[in-house]
Amino acid sequence: MTTATIESAHTHRDDVGSKIGMWLFLFTELILFGGLFIVYAVYRFKFPEQFQLAAKELDTLVGTVNTIILLTSSLTVAMSITAIQQGKKHLSMMLVGMTIIFAIVFLVNKYFEWSHKISVGIYPQSPELLNKPPGEILYFGLYYVMTGLHALHVIIGMVILLFNLVFIAKGKINQQSYVKLEAGGLYWHLVDIIWIFLFPLFYLIN
Amino acid sequence: MSQHEEQHTQHSVSYGKYILIWLGLLAFTGITVTLAGINLGRWVILTSLVIASIKSTLVLNIFMHLKFEDKIFRIFVLVAVATLAIFISLTFFDYAFY
Repeated sequence: MTTATIESAHTHRDDVGSKIGMWLFLFTELILFGGLFIVYAVYRFKFPEQFQLAAKELDTLVGTVNTIILLTSSLTVAMSITAIQQGKKHLSMMLVGMTIIFAIVFLVNKYFEWSHKISVGIYPQSPELLNKPPGEILYFGLYYVMTGLHALHVIIGMVILLFNLVFIAKGKINQQSYVKLEAGGLYWHLVDIIWIFLFPLFYLIN
Repeated sequence: MSQHEEQHTQHSVSYGKYILIWLGLLAFTGITVTLAGINLGRWVILTSLVIASIKSTLVLNIFMHLKFEDKIFRIFVLVAVATLAIFISLTFFDYAFY
């Protein structure tokens, strides 16, 4: 490689800057979910017993399985970066592909969980739910909004990873330039961290 | 030239280390589920939030490479988390003592 190509690579690229940009975006996501966590905290403080009662409706096993799925998907996307750093294109693609499959499994679980709730009459504005005490209505309202917004992020993350997969295949992401994959990974880990907090707050109230 | 080289040295984390962190995260998940099964009363919120924070720190430091990035990244994250913590604690001044 000649020095000319190295220098031109430097004039057009700023990986640290790209990553700082991604982190700044993640902070806006933190504030978005943070606002909802504040609402949750205040209502749980006001209606502790009703939150506890409402949480009994959720299946801890489903929540635990989904936690394990997301943690594992974070592992595979992290490993895909190491793979591309070592120039192992196909391994990297396989790991990103696995992450996308884990995301789909997570969403399928979520779908069955939600449809079960809806089939027993618990959904926003349902007559069944409106007959419950205010704390339980708030719990399920927050449950649908927060896990729903999280699921939306899982879908967006999947699309981002899909783009990354195509970029790796086309060689646009390679051993020398993989900041796009790092940014996609950062987004995916944020989705994981949000779930790390959602899980105990909704599923693990005695 | 040395500056250029410095920019190119990217930290690469081994698969083994990632798997170790993943096992740690699974272990903490197991602990938090087990603790929720035991009746800890009002302590359950505290313990589960502490465990969630430990898990997040592992994800941030290793999976998100915060430990290996420039110092500025850690400062940024600290400021963002502190801001959220201030929001939450100030809200409770309104609700806990009215």
